[in-house]
Amino acid sequence: MSKLKYEPVIGLEVHAELNTKSKMFCRCSSDYFGKKPNTHTCPVCLGLPGALPFINKQAIEKCIKIGLALGCKVSEKSLFERKNYFYPDLPKGYQISQYRWPLCINGQIMLDSGEAVRINRVHQEEDTAKLTHQLRTQNLKSKTQKCSFIDFNRSGVPLVEIVTEPDFKDVESVRDYAKKLQQLFRYLDVSSADMERGEMRLEANVSVRPEGTKSLPGYRIELKNINSFKFTVAAIEYEIKRQITAIESRKKLSQETRGWDDDKKCTYLQRSKEEAHDYRYFPEPDLPELKMDRLKVMIDNSRKNMPELPWSKQSRFVSSYGIKKTDAKILAETKDLAEFFEEAIKQGKESGINAGEIANYIVNKKPDIDSAQATQIIRKLKEKNVGVIEDEKELEKLAKQVIKDNTKAVLDYKKGKEAAMQVLIGSVMKLSLGKADISKIKPILEKILKVKP
Amino acid sequence: MDKNTITKLTLIQTIKALENKKFSEEELNKAYLERAAKINPKLNAIIISKKNYCGIPAAIKDVISTKGIRTTAGSKILSNFIPPYNATVVNKLIDQGVSIIGKTNCDEFAMGGSGENSSFGSTKNPWNLNKVPGGSSSGSAAAVAADLCVFALGSDTGGSIRQPASLCSVVGLKPTYGRVSRYGLIPMASSLDSIGPMTKSVEDAALVLGWISGSDSYDANCSSADFLLQPCKLQTGIKGLKVGIPKEYFEKGLDPKVKSVIKEAIQKLEELGAEIIEISLPHSKYALAIYYIIVSSEISSNMARYDGIRYGLSRQDLGQEVKRRIMLGTFALSSGYWDDYYAQAAKARTLIKQDFDKAFKQVDVIAGPVSPTTAWNLGEKIDDPLKMYLSDIYTISANLAGIPGLSVPCGFSENLPVGLQILGKQWDEETILRVGYAYEQSTNWHREKPKI
Repeated sequence: MSKLKYEPVIGLEVHAELNTKSKMFCRCSSDYFGKKPNTHTCPVCLGLPGALPFINKQAIEKCIKIGLALGCKVSEKSLFERKNYFYPDLPKGYQISQYRWPLCINGQIMLDSGEAVRINRVHQEEDTAKLTHQLRTQNLKSKTQKCSFIDFNRSGVPLVEIVTEPDFKDVESVRDYAKKLQQLFRYLDVSSADMERGEMRLEANVSVRPEGTKSLPGYRIELKNINSFKFTVAAIEYEIKRQITAIESRKKLSQETRGWDDDKKCTYLQRSKEEAHDYRYFPEPDLPELKMDRLKVMIDNSRKNMPELPWSKQSRFVSSYGIKKTDAKILAETKDLAEFFEEAIKQGKESGINAGEIANYIVNKKPDIDSAQATQIIRKLKEKNVGVIEDEKELEKLAKQVIKDNTKAVLDYKKGKEAAMQVLIGSVMKLSLGKADISKIKPILEKILKVKP
Repeated sequence: MDKNTITKLTLIQTIKALENKKFSEEELNKAYLERAAKINPKLNAIIISKKNYCGIPAAIKDVISTKGIRTTAGSKILSNFIPPYNATVVNKLIDQGVSIIGKTNCDEFAMGGSGENSSFGSTKNPWNLNKVPGGSSSGSAAAVAADLCVFALGSDTGGSIRQPASLCSVVGLKPTYGRVSRYGLIPMASSLDSIGPMTKSVEDAALVLGWISGSDSYDANCSSADFLLQPCKLQTGIKGLKVGIPKEYFEKGLDPKVKSVIKEAIQKLEELGAEIIEISLPHSKYALAIYYIIVSSEISSNMARYDGIRYGLSRQDLGQEVKRRIMLGTFALSSGYWDDYYAQAAKARTLIKQDFDKAFKQVDVIAGPVSPTTAWNLGEKIDDPLKMYLSDIYTISANLAGIPGLSVPCGFSENLPVGLQILGKQWDEETILRVGYAYEQSTNWHREKPKI
């Protein structure tokens, strides 16, 4: 009897901090990273008695933008709820989040593998304060003590949560998805999405099932509170192995939350099902419902101002400029680079420098696009063409050599394959170390090939 | 003008007297400070006093945040809390030249109807020191009744302005939910809390509402519409106005003596030209159950921040009533119970609203009792929460529906004050004030002062 094979079932929750000017529900600056602790605070984000939240419209706009870019629908009825739980970094004792009525629902994103990942929801919430734990000595006589510090600068920073359906079957897709989201956030200018800074965080729900099974397993392991992308991926990989081993040895797996111990390189139990939080969600009475008539304007604006998304840009580069798919992917990686590339193409046109050359140059030389200008690239490419071999006799010599060396291409050409000409031109360029005048090679080759029987 | 006369003046009379230079702001403040120093120890109405010599001295319920002035919400747990910010209403009052003479005593976090739940001792009723002043805006009502301030602010979640106003014979106005910014009001139940004036006359209430209402970019539920009532509009009378009398408010549970005082008041309205129409608010009997589920649910969440990390004492130190409501609310919101309790109550709440919508198609205002009884003895109901809850039976519906309500002094039963409640359409404070004014001007109840 052959051994059963198992496949992982993975769902992801991604949190992204929005790059809005102010926090989600107050006027404090949301630019908290590296700032002196507790300087970006007010009664609202400190959760002082009597303070009330006020919705940051810019954040809602950005959340809608993300939702639309992921093919979501903006909900007819959407409202904030309170997620009640105790933690020292949560000054109100609840987080203002969305639960039953999220802002955007039912989207989808295509992965490089060609598989689609369904987006369950894109909702708006607020970040918590930041805890730091240190060992401190008060004075010479006192013992070292564990101290915890709370920095409320992060409290109330707008956070968007994107929840997928359990559509991932391997860690590669997880990586690809995370990268794509990060790229999207930056394209949309909604978040810097720097994982090191915690601007983008990943949580995973992992379970395994026998390959070919359609139904979802009766349990799932939540991987939470893991503070780096690398560790989350490691934790997912570990979990898949751990769970398969457990199932094979007939151990029953149940709902639990696990963390990652990077010293031991394994996951560990944080909370079992019995200890699971009951968040007692209920509609946030301090905030009005998000009404469609007001959202409509934001949705229309968002649609109107939606930039070309990275994946569309990538395929357009291939189709309109005839560059390689791999180059297109690199060039579309950031909006700035893509814009730089297209600016260079525009400039290059006048100097007769083609897209392929420019793409090649940018991909290989990786110019610093913050300091370099597209015109400089073109100038460099032109300069490269100086010392160009223009002498016809010289070129003929090179052409004859190439024809001699590439009998197959010559044959193909004579059979009518135009593409073979490109091979020959390329070979001349190579032989001349790129110095041959590309505009003159083709007629010379054609002339020789016509003459030659 | 002698000091005893000064402190008897209404807000409008005080402003006129100041304009006419009958006395100075300093004299005004001194008169009140002296009286408060003498009378307050008997009442325990003001728990934090401030000395000012200019401005119009008003008292603020201690659930309203005042910058640099201790704000305790009547709770031991906040006994050392000095807020770094003013509530919007406080800023608006300061802009009008109002000064704070003191923060008034109240039931802990406004939870209670007698004032006895304060961590700082009960407030006494100025009409009889053995009686409760009502609650939770106990100190504000007692302070206005005993002339310790020109007017006061209270907050009303289920009757906390109207009921003590009734029990102490002052005017109390609970505005439409959203009429006045709640920013800086330490919440009890956020979807029901309203800040409102407690005054010596109906006209005063209209003026103060004008001062404190209007848009606030710190309260997302606050309407941008300013409330401005011209005195002439207040004085147009009530001829032909339709006054609805809900039959459910006169059934079992209403003290017969209070009932006859209210009936008399309604007769007065008829004499003034109003048309009296019996109406029905059929879902009234569910109001108390709906109210305590929603209120407790919101409380359980609002109270979570007092976790012992930031404000010193832990939740262990909260009073019985607060703990009771936290427990109830936590239960009602728990997974598995949400559908049966909170969700059900939220649905039923719309039925209460619809009751009023229907009634207001028929009538312009609704009149009835504020409280089923007059002030009771201190300690009488403290061990029977259900009995205590029942004293809110006629006031909570207005909070559930978000409509405005006014309590106007309308007589006495066995030497204890009775208030007439006038409920109005959402955003229509104008009409209830008009009715209140007409009634007040044709009676002398508001001129009666407690002998203290």
